[in-house]
Amino acid sequence: MAERPLRILIAKPGLDGHDRGAKIIARMLRDAGYEVIYTGLHQTPEMIVETAIQEDVDAIGLSILSGAHMTLFPDVLERLRERGASDIPVFGGGIIPPEDVTALKQLGVREIFTPGASAQEIIGWIREHIRPRGD
Amino acid sequence: MPRSKREWLEQCYPKDKDRIGRFTTISDSVVDPLYTPEDVGDFSYERDLGYPGEYPFTRGVYPSMYRGKLWTMRQFAGYGTPEDTNERFRFLLEQGQTGLSTAFDMPTLMGYDADHPRARGEVGREGVAVSSIADMEALFAGIPLDRVTTSMTVNCTASILLAMYFAVAERRGIPLSKLGGTIQNDMLKEFIAQKEWICPPEPSVRIIVDMIEFCTREAPRWHPISISGYHIREAGSTAAQELAFTLADGIGYVQAAVDRGLDVDAFAPRLSFFFNVHNDFFEEIAKFRAARRMWAKIMRERFGARKPESWRLRTHAQTAGCSLTAQQPLNNVVRVAIQALAAVLGGTQSLHTNSMDETLALPSEQAVLVALRTQQIIAEETGVANFIDPLGGSYAVEALTNQIEAEAWAYIRRIDELGGIVRAIELGFPQKEISEAAYRYQRQLESGEKVMVGVNKYQVQEEPPIEILRVPPEVERKQVERVRQRKQTRDAAVVARALEKIRRAAREGSNLMPPIIEAVKREVTVGEISDVFREVFGIYRDPAYI
Repeated sequence: MAERPLRILIAKPGLDGHDRGAKIIARMLRDAGYEVIYTGLHQTPEMIVETAIQEDVDAIGLSILSGAHMTLFPDVLERLRERGASDIPVFGGGIIPPEDVTALKQLGVREIFTPGASAQEIIGWIREHIRPRGD
Repeated sequence: MPRSKREWLEQCYPKDKDRIGRFTTISDSVVDPLYTPEDVGDFSYERDLGYPGEYPFTRGVYPSMYRGKLWTMRQFAGYGTPEDTNERFRFLLEQGQTGLSTAFDMPTLMGYDADHPRARGEVGREGVAVSSIADMEALFAGIPLDRVTTSMTVNCTASILLAMYFAVAERRGIPLSKLGGTIQNDMLKEFIAQKEWICPPEPSVRIIVDMIEFCTREAPRWHPISISGYHIREAGSTAAQELAFTLADGIGYVQAAVDRGLDVDAFAPRLSFFFNVHNDFFEEIAKFRAARRMWAKIMRERFGARKPESWRLRTHAQTAGCSLTAQQPLNNVVRVAIQALAAVLGGTQSLHTNSMDETLALPSEQAVLVALRTQQIIAEETGVANFIDPLGGSYAVEALTNQIEAEAWAYIRRIDELGGIVRAIELGFPQKEISEAAYRYQRQLESGEKVMVGVNKYQVQEEPPIEILRVPPEVERKQVERVRQRKQTRDAAVVARALEKIRRAAREGSNLMPPIIEAVKREVTVGEISDVFREVFGIYRDPAYI
């Protein structure tokens, strides 16, 4: 039997409204055959983790362009741990300086895509690294 | 010899030698190999162009344009604490900048004080943190408010920030009638594109009309709104969509103000605009020219405005942030220069040039300086500012101007059929059109049909690091501390009474500006007043169209 399609949550934490990238990625992933849940804007880390658990997703992609990435990524990771869901991989994209990318990866963010990354690159990464969580 | 464009295309033009299959603008409009008198049809100089400073203002809104006065060089700045930004303001003024432009941080823009849990990690990041009048005082310390003009980029909390600015001026003994500047205050484009909101569209427009009414009476040199296409374009629209949705928003505001009973000629001269200026050189110039011609027609024919000042579309322009690349960031200097040149040839009244490092972080001082110098070089070395609308009469530019205008009118008709811009937004119409365009462009980038140098062509392996500005984490702690302290030292009963007056005005429909000004003078904060908006008008939620 074929593997079921991956369920990916694309989420916009924080206050910034720059959703062009998040929406394009959501649509590209959908066109590539994934099940995509898009949270919409202005989500708190709590809301995102709740949605991820409720929707039983295989990965969470966070889009952050407000400069608050060093607060919001760790917050999401921490809440996943608290809820016993730290097996859900978190990746992300946004305007994130290289030093912060390194720091975030050390904290457990699986991958960070910065401006100029193509959707194909992101889809390729997901194909290689994300697997359906045990069902 | 060919006798028509068609004959020339069929008999002489070597189509098989074209280096690509389709020549298009960045907005995906097909570009002909050549433009001739046939492309401008029944062109009439008086009707379609006229003289600069004359209806329909295609050639410019003033008779002498940059020969009389150069455009205002206005670099958008704001980060960290009010003191940090004040220092950047003074630096820019010392370097010959001629107007100020303030960027606020996300909590301030979204109606949260620095000490609110939702502000965590965002204080002073994308702009300056302003929670109360004390912050506004510090932000403009030592800056002569009666001599510089100030632009403030803020929308859902615009009424509160403007009230603070007015209150600071008043404390310094400067009458409101002497204050010049602009507040963005364009909520419709927030629902369409930038997505910073508190309340639903209807009450949001009501607050804006309150501000237009108040400023018309009390601060006649102030621009109470800057109707903005910039963010629409950044969200991925085409040039024609940017133009159409911006003018449709303008129609929405003018209609709402007229419905309130305001005389169109009393407020229309103080409306201002803000457009993006992107990479596609001629398309952008055409867009600015078409914008002026369309707005003149809208104001004269649709709204019956009689004063020529009401017909003029005066605009600020900013180079396209979305055109910049994180890869090989020095290349951005070149993009910005070309875009800035297009804005000048398009006849803008003021201009912000982006800094080369903006895809990486907030701009460093060095990067801002290069951006400002770019404008100064265009103004004082290239000679372009000696001419008025030098591309007027070019077959290509006139044809593009007509074409973009026709496309924009078609959108405006469609929006009218849907019941106006507020209804169209509720239906998601402009949002979906923009998403489609953004998606199409992304696919064209991925297929290589459209090129971004350094991103999908001419890439390099190793990027040399460039120095970027970092906002230290202490900024947030310091600002939160300050806001908490100030809240403790106020008289709670005074604050409650001031908020009650705002609540009453909000419910009863009387003008909100006087009670908001009164409240901010009593140290009532951005977050507290926004909470009243949330309570009375409700909260708007993202419909999250993909």
